[in-house]
Formats: sequence, structure tokens, C-alpha cells
Amino acid sequence: MAHSADDIRSHVRVYISVFVALLVFTLITVAVSYLDLPIAPAVILALLVATIKGSLVALFFMHLKGEKAFVVYSLALTAFFFMLLFALPMWTEGDHIIGTRPNAWSAGTELPQTPEHSPAPAH
Amino acid sequence: MEIPYTIETRPDTGLTSPKLGVWLFLASEVMLFGALFSSYVLLRTGAESWPEQSSIVNIPLATLNTAILISSSVTMVMSWASLKMHDFSKFKLYMGLTFLCGLGFLVVKAFEYGEKITHHLYPSTNNFIGIYFLLTGLHGLHVVGGMVVNGYMWGPGAKMWKTEPEKFTNRVEVSGLYWHFVDLVWIFLFPVLYLL
Repeated sequence: MAHSADDIRSHVRVYISVFVALLVFTLITVAVSYLDLPIAPAVILALLVATIKGSLVALFFMHLKGEKAFVVYSLALTAFFFMLLFALPMWTEGDHIIGTRPNAWSAGTELPQTPEHSPAPAH
Repeated sequence: MEIPYTIETRPDTGLTSPKLGVWLFLASEVMLFGALFSSYVLLRTGAESWPEQSSIVNIPLATLNTAILISSSVTMVMSWASLKMHDFSKFKLYMGLTFLCGLGFLVVKAFEYGEKITHHLYPSTNNFIGIYFLLTGLHGLHVVGGMVVNGYMWGPGAKMWKTEPEKFTNRVEVSGLYWHFVDLVWIFLFPVLYLL
């Protein structure tokens, strides 16, 4: 992407604005974590804020905004395989997904020691 | 032999070869970290119990490190912008600050690791500590790699500014792409390992 010196001068203000936005979003993420929300909304909110922050970095600092189509298509393909990487194991572990059983997404909890969950006897 | 298309763009892609190369490298890095994030999700969803992460990790230190890395991203892009505005002394200042931010991040990380070791929390302790050390350690290695490149651009590599300023500016730009990616990975690591 070609940039003239004048273009860059106008971009500098954008960089500073993005910097401030990133710091504000960081504080929001930390503040929300102290609210002790249930795990599902906490995960969604944390990942949403992280995605917004990541998008700001990619679009403005990495100049993805206005980048050549070749880069955008390559990244779109990467994003597709990235999602697939998450989707395949999630399908195979579908019964473990958030809220479907009292599992580790409720952090810090221990399951009751029913016979099926009891440790195997030592041999 | 001169490497083609380091200054002018290729007619087919519209990009310089280094920029295309770095973007493709970053795509492969997305898959590397993606596989590890996916492993984290599988380990956690498949576990019968999971430790309260926030009671093990140090949130204030990690927040400080987030601010340091975000600041380093700004100084990195400002170093490139300074070259574009033909201000070499500002480039040196901003690139130097970027390097120092990287160093600051690693020092804070070392304190964090020291705290874990003091409390006898090792990668073998449980799956969370294991993947915490793996993900943050791999990310830390990426920070070290970026610092080596940034240090070279600030020091010996900066001689190129006198002979081939445009090529040097492009080098700084693609180094910046990598450095911003390292910041981007941390932006996702921070909530996943520290806040959830």
C-alpha cells in the first residue's frame, strides 16, 4: 500500500486514537472479569472485546484496511481453516460444550465423587 | 543475486515479495496458535474439574504487560511512519522504545514465572499450568524473535537508510507486521488464560 508523507501525517492521529481505544478496551475486559458473570456470557464478552481489539490492530496498525485483495483473500482462507480447527473438535466433544453438563467451564468446581467419577483403585 | 520486488510491487499480486512472504508466514502462525488455543478449549471442556484460573495467575501483572505490548505496537507503527516522513532520528527513538517495551514485557513475564516457581506451580502440576506455560512461553519466544529483528533494524540494519531508504522502510514495515501479530496473539491470550 503506497503512502505519501502527507498521508502518514494524517494517519498518526488515527494511530493515537486506536492506542487509546485499545487501552480503554483492556480496562473494560479487566473490569468485566471482576463482575463474576456466569461463564457463558463472560466468555462471549471477553472474546468479543478481544476480537474488537484484534481487529483494530489488524486494520490500522497492520494496515489491513486498504490492503491488496491478495492479502485479504489469503487471510480469509486462513480464517476459514482456523474456524474449522475449532469446529471439528467441538463437534466431537459436543456433549462437553458450555452448559450441557456441570463441567470445567464452571471453573474452580469439583464434581461429586460418584462411583463413576471416583478414582480407580490403586493396583 | 538481487532479490526481486523488494521495493517495487509485483504486477500480479500488487505486493512486494517481503510483504507477501510475511503475510503468508503470519497465516501459518495463526494456525499454530489456533491449534494450541483449540487444545486449551478441548482440555478445559473435557476436564472434570478445572482450577480457578484467576487465583493462580497474576492479573495486575498481565494487565501491565497488555499495556506494554499495546504501547509497543504504537511505537512500532510510529517508527515506520517516521521513516515515511523522512525523520530518521524519530525512527531511532520509536524503534528504541519498541525494543525497550519488548524487554519490559519479558521482565514482567519473568517475575510472573518466578512467582509460579516459588509456589511450586510447574507445567507438570496440572493441565492448566501446563498449557499456561506452553502458550505464554511460545508467545514469549515470539517476543524474543521480534526483539532480535527490531534490535537489528535499530542498530546495524539501520545503515541501509543511507543507501537504500525505500528498501529499509519496507523492511521496517514488514518487521512491524510481525510485531503487531505478536501483540494480537497476546490480546487473545490475556482474557483466555487470565480472566476466564
